[in-house]
Amino acid sequence: MVLSLAAVHRSPRGRRVFWWLMLIWPLLPLGWLVAAGFRQALGADPAQTIVTFLGLWALRFLFMTLAVTPCRRLFGWNWLQRYRRMLGLYTLFYATLHLFAFVTFILGWRADLIARELAERPYIIVGFGAWIGLVALGITSTRGWVRRLGRRWQQLHYLVYPIALLAMLHFIWLIRAGYGEVLVYGLILLALLGYRVGHRLRRARSN
Amino acid sequence: MLIKAPSDIRPSEITPESVYRQRRQLIKAMVGGGLLMAAGPALALERYELAEGQRRYPGPDWLQQKLRAARAGEPLEGEPLAPYRLITGHNNFYEFGLDKQDPKARAQGFVTDPWRVEIGGEVANAGSYHLEDLLKPHALEERIYRLRCVEGWSMVIPWIGFPLADLIKRVEPTGNARFVEFTTLHDPEQMPGQRGFFSTLQWPYVEGLRMDEAMHPLTLLAVGVYGDALPPQNGAPLRLVVPWKYGFKSIKSIVSIRFTEQMPKATWNQTAPHEYGFYANVNPAVDHPRWSQATERRLPSSLFSPNIIDTLPFNGYAEQVAHLYSGMDLRKWY
Repeated sequence: MVLSLAAVHRSPRGRRVFWWLMLIWPLLPLGWLVAAGFRQALGADPAQTIVTFLGLWALRFLFMTLAVTPCRRLFGWNWLQRYRRMLGLYTLFYATLHLFAFVTFILGWRADLIARELAERPYIIVGFGAWIGLVALGITSTRGWVRRLGRRWQQLHYLVYPIALLAMLHFIWLIRAGYGEVLVYGLILLALLGYRVGHRLRRARSN
Repeated sequence: MLIKAPSDIRPSEITPESVYRQRRQLIKAMVGGGLLMAAGPALALERYELAEGQRRYPGPDWLQQKLRAARAGEPLEGEPLAPYRLITGHNNFYEFGLDKQDPKARAQGFVTDPWRVEIGGEVANAGSYHLEDLLKPHALEERIYRLRCVEGWSMVIPWIGFPLADLIKRVEPTGNARFVEFTTLHDPEQMPGQRGFFSTLQWPYVEGLRMDEAMHPLTLLAVGVYGDALPPQNGAPLRLVVPWKYGFKSIKSIVSIRFTEQMPKATWNQTAPHEYGFYANVNPAVDHPRWSQATERRLPSSLFSPNIIDTLPFNGYAEQVAHLYSGMDLRKWY
């Protein structure tokens, strides 16, 4: 499988087909959500279902984006690098829908409620901060910006780590009675960030 | 039968239910120009039509008889009932799982008959009672109440039950009784949520009321909903309904009612005291630390009409219950 995917990427046609696949499959969760909405299959409290669903997928795409580098180094899946920006932009896509759904279905676009949530609610502030960060990374993800920013582009995009931590905190602060699910996500993030810390330490030692 | 009045309440403070109902009828008459006046007293409860594929819960024969004799409740003007499928399919009953759909999926085998309830503490008639015996002297009636969950959603639900006050009078609490403590069944074999490893809650679930709250005519012990018995996921066979408090106060599947001098250690209050007070009165002015309580999503809500409405103080029952808390700082005693 791994070998064959690498092989696929050696032919221009294979690359093109796979690029389209990688562009389209991340829309499947959204498609599922829309279909379930039309079938009225989102449960009794569809507002809550939609907001939670979109938030979880934003977090999953963020983790997939963060998994690209470890996967390349550990398994040699260098072809993944081509899709890192796409995964990152899908993170922003789902995070934006998540925020939009929250403001629409939970707050009903009421200015007084929005102002209070942003001013007083730590988990909202943290989540909103993470979203602002994602917007900054999304805007500067184009080739033009990479060129324009030069060395500083990489420094700016290290922001993805604090963004991930903020997103995780946002998730942790929503716990009510069970923390099993949050624990699983937390451990995955720990592994993704821990890998990078380990990598740095090893490199520092070998120098 | 002489009942010693609990210390916190004067008898004159309790609005007799008849008075409160008359008041409601008067309001109705004014609103509808007389046309909406209820069509006479004590309408017998009829069975509700259910959508196709909805399961009824008739309950044991002895209960079914009582349910069929129940008096119909008064609808809330302009606030339609939540559909049966939502009331029985969207439940917070963590003993059966954390997702709203879990209780319906996992509670169907829950044994609710026979059922015993322990009456204890500061009370003359302590003992362990069969539910059937406990209910025998009480006529059932329907009460159509708003239920406001602390999470920000709400429903209008037609409960069937009887005032908790009637039971309290019968079991004769002593003068030391200042609170009532309720406990849910603890049975990990039947309740998978109680076996859960990652739960922040301690079992069994415990809730409590101050004596005057327990004696209030709005406070109901429910055994049915929507014309039939309570389904297991709704807290069968016996649950509390306190309509002016957040839903978690309305404890389900009660096995023990104790009268105490000390404030009961209510489960959510013990788990996160800065988030869930003992009183937990519905109050749009006091937010949950993590989210607003100013509005609620009245279910059913759909994508195109989220149905966001303003939350009312005491869930719209301020006229009947606000006096219980006069002089209390509701920001402190949330």
